[in-house]
Amino acid sequence: MNPSWWDWDHAFAVFPLLLEGFKITLLATVLGTLIAVVLGLVVAIIRRIAPGIIRTPVTWVVEFIRMTPLVVQLVFANLVLSPYIDSTLAIGIWVLGIHYTTYMAEVYRAGIDSVAKGQWEAATALSLPQSRTWRAVVIPQAIRNTLPALGNYAISMFKETPFFVVIYIPEMVRVAQTYGGDTFRYTESITLAGLIFLAASYPTSLLIRRLEKKLA
Amino acid sequence: MPENTAHPESPHIEFRDVVKRFGDNTVLNDLNFTVSKGERVTLIGPSGSGKTTILRLVMTLEELTGGYIHVGGEPLQYDEKGGKRLRVDDKQRRRTTTQIGMVFQHFNLFPNMSVLENIIEAPVHVMGLSKAEAVTKAEGLLEKVGMGEKRDFNPSQLSGGQQQRVAIARALAMDPEILLLDEVTSALDPELVGEVLGVLKDIAAETDISMLIVTHEMQFAKEVSDRVMMFDQGSIVEEGKPDLIFSEPENQRTRDFLRAVL
Repeated sequence: MNPSWWDWDHAFAVFPLLLEGFKITLLATVLGTLIAVVLGLVVAIIRRIAPGIIRTPVTWVVEFIRMTPLVVQLVFANLVLSPYIDSTLAIGIWVLGIHYTTYMAEVYRAGIDSVAKGQWEAATALSLPQSRTWRAVVIPQAIRNTLPALGNYAISMFKETPFFVVIYIPEMVRVAQTYGGDTFRYTESITLAGLIFLAASYPTSLLIRRLEKKLA
Repeated sequence: MPENTAHPESPHIEFRDVVKRFGDNTVLNDLNFTVSKGERVTLIGPSGSGKTTILRLVMTLEELTGGYIHVGGEPLQYDEKGGKRLRVDDKQRRRTTTQIGMVFQHFNLFPNMSVLENIIEAPVHVMGLSKAEAVTKAEGLLEKVGMGEKRDFNPSQLSGGQQQRVAIARALAMDPEILLLDEVTSALDPELVGEVLGVLKDIAAETDISMLIVTHEMQFAKEVSDRVMMFDQGSIVEEGKPDLIFSEPENQRTRDFLRAVL
């Protein structure tokens, strides 16, 4: 049984290629998350304690990034940076990471706000220096509260990696499209790409939900 | 007696013309009093009378609106220089506050640290003790408050009374010369109040730490205090030795208050 819109031969042929593309998708997600997790915290702390002269420009940049589409940022960054940076993938990962930095910063801000006032007061009562208060008391408690949101953003980053097609990075969806373009068989490649996304993100989201319950 | 104090003859804590306002609400109005070295002073009075604010000002948890507080002769939050009122910088403030310990109504233990880690945090990172020294010290203090068995527990695994005893050990680990006790039994179930007060009575008997105490436990106040100050609407309406205040209060408001709480 082989309906005209589905050809198993093509499905089997494209699958290993898609998995190659998936490696890039995964790499972009992991590195992008890493960038967002680290820079997001830095931005959140800057917005909380830095003097206005630093805080205001940072706030502007953050708002600008959040209010413009990722696709536009990818194309723009690629145009501007490609003469200096050879790897389009590196540009893509940084753009993705920085884009999500702005969301993570908000998550951290909420996490920091959720640390009870009494914790700051206890730190003052023990005369802990500001830096130590942040490092030993506030950040560990804030991060605990942000873990579920962090997981959700990692998944949504994962699902946005296909935007990399606009700068021709050979992640999974680009591979699927290329295969379709070469063979005029799009259905198999795009369907399988979608299923691979589903297979990866659904278990992850279940895991995050369990983590959420455990932390609640 | 503490040897690092600049002016041994001056009072341990001195409030001079202290004003504290929250917005339009004046909580303390032109308050003057002193606490001598080793003295235990209990503040009583209706809620909203400014008792807790006094403790919080000494701990630099609140900023003075007006006036001065001196601790061991040193300006705590503001200094008067050439007729000007100047803010004492954070570093200098911290130098003074390291001599002051505070125990809170809601314990405020760090939930991301074990009991032991809570106690050694400041000795290691503020006093500069080695971890081994701090642990030895912490274990001694935990023994003293009857929590030796629980050093590796998480605060969330402890009862309120146990958490408060850990909080007391944490404050004592800094070798404070002044201890501020802010309604330390108010958040506890009645059956747990005794264990906390017992520990505090021992400390009062065994040390010469100056104490400023806000409490509703009048029996405890009677036992440990050298002096009781009755507050109402941000000023002292009556003060004196505890047996006198509790048995023959002169002021009508003190009488009303004591009748209500005793």
